[in-house]
Amino acid sequence: MTTVLVLMDESDASRQALTLARQFGEPRSMRMDAVKPFAPDAVAAALARAADDLNVSAVFAPGTDRGNEVIARLAARTGLPFAANCIAATPGDPATLTRLRWGGSLLEEARLHSPRPLITVAPHTVPADSGPAPVEVDVKAPAEADLVVRVVDHVAPSNGGLSLAEAKVIVSGGRGVGSKEGFAIIEDLAGLLGAAVGCSRAVTSAGWRPHSDQVGQTGTKVTPDVYIACGISGATQHMAGLKGAKRILAINSDPQAPLMLNADYTVTGDLKEIVPAISAEIRKRR
Amino acid sequence: MRVLACIKRVPITGGRILLTADARAINTQHLGFTMSPHEECGVEEAARMIEAYRGDSVVLTLGPPEAVEQLRDAMALGIDRAIHLQTDGQEWDAEGTASALTDAIRTEEGASGRFDIIFFGNESADSGGFQVGARVAHALGRPLVTGLKKVTLEGSAVRCEQEVEGGRDVYVVPLPAVLTVKEGLNLPRYPSVPGRMRARTRPVAVSTPARPAPRLELVRLAVPAGQGRRAESLGAGAGAAPAVVEMLQKAGVL
Ligand SMILES: Cc1cc2nc3c(=O)[nH]c(=O)nc-3n(C[C@@H](O)[C@H](O)[C@H](O)COP(=O)(O)OP(=O)(O)OC[C@H]3O[C@@H](n4cnc5c(N)ncnc54)[C@H](O)[C@@H]3O)c2cc1C
Ligand SMILES: Cc1cc2nc3c(=O)[nH]c(=O)nc-3n(C[C@H](O)[C@H](O)[C@H](O)COP(=O)(O)OP(=O)(O)OC[C@H]3O[C@@H](n4cnc5c(N)ncnc54)[C@H](O)[C@@H]3O)c2cc1C
Repeated sequence: MTTVLVLMDESDASRQALTLARQFGEPRSMRMDAVKPFAPDAVAAALARAADDLNVSAVFAPGTDRGNEVIARLAARTGLPFAANCIAATPGDPATLTRLRWGGSLLEEARLHSPRPLITVAPHTVPADSGPAPVEVDVKAPAEADLVVRVVDHVAPSNGGLSLAEAKVIVSGGRGVGSKEGFAIIEDLAGLLGAAVGCSRAVTSAGWRPHSDQVGQTGTKVTPDVYIACGISGATQHMAGLKGAKRILAINSDPQAPLMLNADYTVTGDLKEIVPAISAEIRKRR
Repeated sequence: MRVLACIKRVPITGGRILLTADARAINTQHLGFTMSPHEECGVEEAARMIEAYRGDSVVLTLGPPEAVEQLRDAMALGIDRAIHLQTDGQEWDAEGTASALTDAIRTEEGASGRFDIIFFGNESADSGGFQVGARVAHALGRPLVTGLKKVTLEGSAVRCEQEVEGGRDVYVVPLPAVLTVKEGLNLPRYPSVPGRMRARTRPVAVSTPARPAPRLELVRLAVPAGQGRRAESLGAGAGAAPAVVEMLQKAGVL
């Protein structure tokens, strides 16, 4: 059996990458934080060296920002093709794989012509491996040139408030909310539910809310128990952020809006009447 | 100073993605096109830098003849001129894209001087390969910092903030550098009418590079199965409030 190399951190995404990696060979691992502070070129260089030393048949990493960035650098320095965010992969010549496009709204089946496939695995698309942890490879001291790009400082998150990515309930508003001031009713309901406020890109582009509130492909991917979408049409790029939502309630004046067809619960009508009525009903029952 | 932004033309897919009959592309017959939001922020940042420090800003794309629309959009946001590497509509893989962009950057720099900063999107909106910027940076031998939400010039270096779990990591790298950015870096301006008019008269240099055989070869596309949500109506108007509250109670969030 051939050997494969897996770049891993503590995340579930890493154990998921390990699942696909095992289909290509016997895994050995390297730690994402093999070089501290984080220096992505140094990690890529260490991966390149270990891949040669062990003559591995493939290199895997989680499809997280860090995983994708390190493998992209490895691909650039070794001149090998790189398939990002795969959900399935089969070894062979060529290797065949399925990867995510459009933030998960579209699947691509592809062939990878490469002596050493470089593959990242899209988080939460493959079951996590529960087998024994692979043996770690040793990492030598990095070259000076690979430390030019390294983390020199860290700044804490600016809003001390609820993190959108971790919120259990999200009340989210779209263009249908009508204005920056219109978000008062969204904030009121969110306050009653202990929820985070979210929004669509139409809202951030208009400057009504900061980009840190945006849900979707180029915003935040969310995983709440309940997502309440008020006046959001449900473009594919918005829905790309909702795949992990347990329940979706859509409030929209247009019953045919894509979000109304892809929700668990719907209320048809004017959000400016419905949202305050829900808040009033919650207050009444307290 | 000199700043370059690299952008890609992609369709605006709306509520549902429809594929062509051979399932190798999105059916774009009735769709508009745009550059990715990440790249738009790169364009805006490039324009702001040149407004603040003076110099020359350029936008570069590899794409079909129609991609000139996105180049004009970028110039409407304040970019001075454009380079268009025209394709016949066939798609390129990320390696081929990066080497064509690298060649064009070398030619442009040979004629007009080095770019201090080259902006890319962190990933393209459609294919999401997460790699063109890294390949170009490596070929040019320049430092690369990815996924940036804030960029500040500090003399002959640039301070970069990258969003990570629990805050932001900071990098300081010397110029010239390659930076990949994310939406949220800034709020792109709404192009003014005079800006749009000016964009129409700004120069676009066109060339037609040859397409190498892709090593990541697309076989077909598929729309993933829906999530099977049932869309149960809780009613219409304010009268639906009690049903909503009961649903929230059942879901255990109230
Ligand atoms: C019908 C069809 C067939 C395809 N066939 C293949 C195939 O066989 N193999 C394959 O790999 N891909 C294929 N693609 C996708 C291909 O066009 C990729 O988009 C391309 O490889 C670039 O990679 P990326 O978009 O993933 O780049 P990323 O690395 O995600 O892009 C990052 C950044 O690089 C810049 N950038 C990317 N592309 C360009 C560009 N063209 N001009 C200027 N800047 C750019 C942008 O700033 C972007 O934000 C196909 C697509 C279609 C629709
Ligand atoms: C590459 C790319 C990436 C993108 N990334 C994102 C992203 O991350 N997140 C995102 O959200 N978008 C993203 N978009 C934009 C996306 O395509 C849509 O344009 C956007 O989501 C639309 O926002 P919206 O639903 O608020 O507005 P609209 O589409 O205008 O919908 C407004 C809705 O409000 C309803 N409405 C109006 N008035 C009322 C009322 N009084 N009461 C009740 N309902 C009302 C209407 O019926 C309509 O359904 C991206 C686009 C591209 C091309």
